[in-house]
Amino acid sequence: MTELFDALENFSFMRYALFVGILSSFTFGVVGTFIVTRRISYIAAAISHSILGGIGASIYFNRVYGLEWLTPMLGAIAAALISAGVIGWVTLKFKEREDTIIAAIWTCGMTAGLLFIHYAPGQAVNLESYIFGDILLTSWSDVIATVVLAVLVLGLVGLFYHKLVAVCFDEEFTSLRGVSSKLYYFLLLGIVGICMVLLVRVAGIVLSIALIVLPAATASRFANRLWSIMILAVILSVIYNIGGLAFSFQMSVPTGFFIVVTAGVVYALSFCFKRRKN
Amino acid sequence: MPPALKEPLPACETIVECSNLSFRYGKTWVLEDVSFSVPKGESLCVIGPNGGGKSTLLKLLLGLEEAERGSLKILGKSPEKARSKIGYVPQAMRFDPLFPITALDIVLMGRLDRLRIGGFSKNCKAIALEALAEVEMADTAKRAFADLSGGQRQRVMIARALACEPELLLLDEPTANIDLSIEEQFIETLQKLRKKMTIMMVTHDLDLVSLLGDSVLCVNRRIHRHSLPLSGDTIREIYSGGRRIEHDQRARHNHGDHSACDHD
Repeated sequence: MTELFDALENFSFMRYALFVGILSSFTFGVVGTFIVTRRISYIAAAISHSILGGIGASIYFNRVYGLEWLTPMLGAIAAALISAGVIGWVTLKFKEREDTIIAAIWTCGMTAGLLFIHYAPGQAVNLESYIFGDILLTSWSDVIATVVLAVLVLGLVGLFYHKLVAVCFDEEFTSLRGVSSKLYYFLLLGIVGICMVLLVRVAGIVLSIALIVLPAATASRFANRLWSIMILAVILSVIYNIGGLAFSFQMSVPTGFFIVVTAGVVYALSFCFKRRKN
Repeated sequence: MPPALKEPLPACETIVECSNLSFRYGKTWVLEDVSFSVPKGESLCVIGPNGGGKSTLLKLLLGLEEAERGSLKILGKSPEKARSKIGYVPQAMRFDPLFPITALDIVLMGRLDRLRIGGFSKNCKAIALEALAEVEMADTAKRAFADLSGGQRQRVMIARALACEPELLLLDEPTANIDLSIEEQFIETLQKLRKKMTIMMVTHDLDLVSLLGDSVLCVNRRIHRHSLPLSGDTIREIYSGGRRIEHDQRARHNHGDHSACDHD
């Protein structure tokens, strides 16, 4: 632990990583709770994989057409929102083929990204950092982007909390109260999409779903109100992130792997205890 | 205290005005030339065989479907515009038993509206608690919805509808998922509400019709209305379609078609 404090004092990238890890934990805890209770983990996974399509396309068009403003983060946000919109539309309109279409978006998004990156001219892209994440590569611009996205996500959830809960629990009644359940379902998926973009830096595309789902799933076994699950999930996420950072710095292993394995073990251990009831 | 729960309502205004309403799914007419009205304070039971159009009528009243012909006004407005004044209690709510939500959270959903952002006000919480007290469920406000019995859940659903401060309470098969041991208590709750507001209730429970209805609407593509009390045999006759056949024969006769008339 002493080495971690020394590293935080001496290296700005460690401070950035810690700050991004803690701030993102709030987003993961809150949004993860909606994902777990609404049972849309597979949708979140599809969105996270399709993000690679946006990252690859932004790198390709940036290099080929000199669009410098088109950063991988911007491409990731666009891909996340587009895939969230398409998945939302499909789940509302074509329920009978929902799983098939989500699987198509999942795989096509990811392979499109790999193709774009393959044909992008210039320096080779560090694909591993996108697929498995590396929080230690966090830059100042990543910190700014994380702050903006976290404020956006938490602000939207705070403003529309009750409507989002109502849509998750009973879409029909929500509509009868004059609240567009479709609009708020799309909003929820949009929030999930932005959250998955944040996760790409911390845990990467492949591991991101575990980091957003496991803390909330563990918390849901011990808390029985939505807000209390969110608080517990945030605490767990912060612990996993700080622990992962300290361990990975000490042992020179990727942070994401440690975070996800720890979260998975804690979730498995949670089954040793009885689910809390009122 | 919510206004709708305060005082019994005088039965003078018309809450529902339905004239020559027709609706079809594809080529199949589900409702044809349906006309009826519901005065304020009335308790109207809607009965009929499965597929007779009861649920469709309910959907039309809620503004979830649009009629092919005719007009339907609730409080003088279209159903969509009057929705905020309708309290709806669904038949059987399919819900995720692991969804972490309390009875009070559910009743507070009755206070949702399009323009609300942020949390619920103290007034909303007071109205929700009052609605729970109205159905004798105040002590379960903080309990998880999934932990409640079928009858308790149904009463929470009624409390949610009451929290909307409705002018019209629509109930879809309110006793369908309640076991006999608690049905009596549940009926007492409905009888109390009957004195305070206009109720339209779709049901298959003929005893409930006798206990709670002021009149009964038999729906089987067309409608036939009866005042209550009716004998159990008459209700069963209506329910089995006897009256519908009689009604159809009369309608065809009035339109000049005498093929179905009894010429003896």
